[in-house]
Amino acid sequence: MSERVLQILQDAFPQLVEKFFTVTIPLTLMSFSLALIIAVIVAMIQYAHVKGLSFLCRVYIWIVRCTPLLVQLYLVFYGLPSIGIVLDAYPTAVLVFGINEGAYMAESMRGALEAVPSGQMEAGYCVSMSYLQTMWHVILPQAFRTAFPALSNSLISMVKGTSLASVITVTEMFRQAVVINGRVYESLALYTEVALIYLAFCSVLTLLQRWGEKKLSAYGGTR
Amino acid sequence: MLEIKNVHKSFDAHTEILKGIDLKINKGDVVAILGPSGSGKTTLLRCINYLERADSGTMIFDGEEYDMHAISKSSITRIRKKTAFVFQNYNLFLNKTVLQNVTLGLTSGRKMSRADAKDAAMDALRRVGMADRIDAYPRQLSGGQQQRVAIARGLAANPEIIYFDEPTSALDPELIGEVLNVMRHLAEEGMTMLVVTHEMGFARNVSNYVLFMDDGKVIEQAPSKEFFSNPREERTRSFISSILKKGES
Repeated sequence: MSERVLQILQDAFPQLVEKFFTVTIPLTLMSFSLALIIAVIVAMIQYAHVKGLSFLCRVYIWIVRCTPLLVQLYLVFYGLPSIGIVLDAYPTAVLVFGINEGAYMAESMRGALEAVPSGQMEAGYCVSMSYLQTMWHVILPQAFRTAFPALSNSLISMVKGTSLASVITVTEMFRQAVVINGRVYESLALYTEVALIYLAFCSVLTLLQRWGEKKLSAYGGTR
Repeated sequence: MLEIKNVHKSFDAHTEILKGIDLKINKGDVVAILGPSGSGKTTLLRCINYLERADSGTMIFDGEEYDMHAISKSSITRIRKKTAFVFQNYNLFLNKTVLQNVTLGLTSGRKMSRADAKDAAMDALRRVGMADRIDAYPRQLSGGQQQRVAIARGLAANPEIIYFDEPTSALDPELIGEVLNVMRHLAEEGMTMLVVTHEMGFARNVSNYVLFMDDGKVIEQAPSKEFFSNPREERTRSFISSILKKGES
């Protein structure tokens, strides 16, 4: 590798890392939180078979899962302004990523809720707890344990997925790399560097998942 | 204190599980419900605590009359606050410790203070001999221990009656004794109990009244001594002898 390329990588590194921590990570965390809230609510509505709402939830999951994320981003950012709905790039990204991943996570949560033995809810009733009280103290915590690997999957996939925000002008790490590359023309080296930063961070998340699973199954583990 | 009349229940149009059950329990009674598998014993118990909704029937609980089919949610809640239910497979909250299992219903369902709940829980756990395992999780306990904790969970709320749904059927034979012992102590202390069971020894020696069910009907009911020494119905006689034979083999 030539000295010039090394110099370029060295100069780019702090800029990339800065964007990673100031944009990619916060964008991921906000989108993931939104997705989690949506997922829990949608899963609970379906679990409880709430009439009408259950149907709406299925329609939401159907539409979101059956259209490309990239198209959804374009639709909201470039499409909606023509009917007067104008959102900044960053909020658009949070919204679209959250709504998109929320649909997948809702299915993970629903499966996990349904895997909790029905006797747990009955036991709650029999000690005078209400549906929601039993849900909160007993069913949801157990469902989270079951869904933990799937939810970790979603988080890791979202870290990388935020790079798509570059197409709607959010300058996260990947777009920063594109910008730098526009000046120096070292695609192979620069994009490898970006890939390695994603790889390093997602490896940490993978280890955290392992650790978390061990912690969760230590005592109160349900399986 | 508890009376039910003419309870009917079917799960689909062709199979009626309960075909008009009557039952009366006075304070301090220990009533055993016996009968072959599929006779509707468990369904009856679940209908009495509204885990299943009966198609029709009347309940009189503490002097108040309820329509068992059309009963309101708030009435169910009021009745459940005076009852406890022990399941065949324990159904302890798997994500909670022994102590939390007993206190959770008290603090969240009954709005008791944490300190009072802990006192009541420790008292109940001592009565079933589980006070030394309060930090264990259900999966770390044997079946017998789990069932004793489940009984403590019911006891802690100071119920007027405890329903037992085949409390020893899921247990290894060597663990049955510890649970039956706890139940015998409760009976001696005057607790009102309605027990679906296959344990003939318990029905004969601990319960004071036996109800024999078959095919969704009560075939015979009598004080337990009389029931075992002098069964009137042919079906009862054959059931008792088949169970006793199984015990000998």
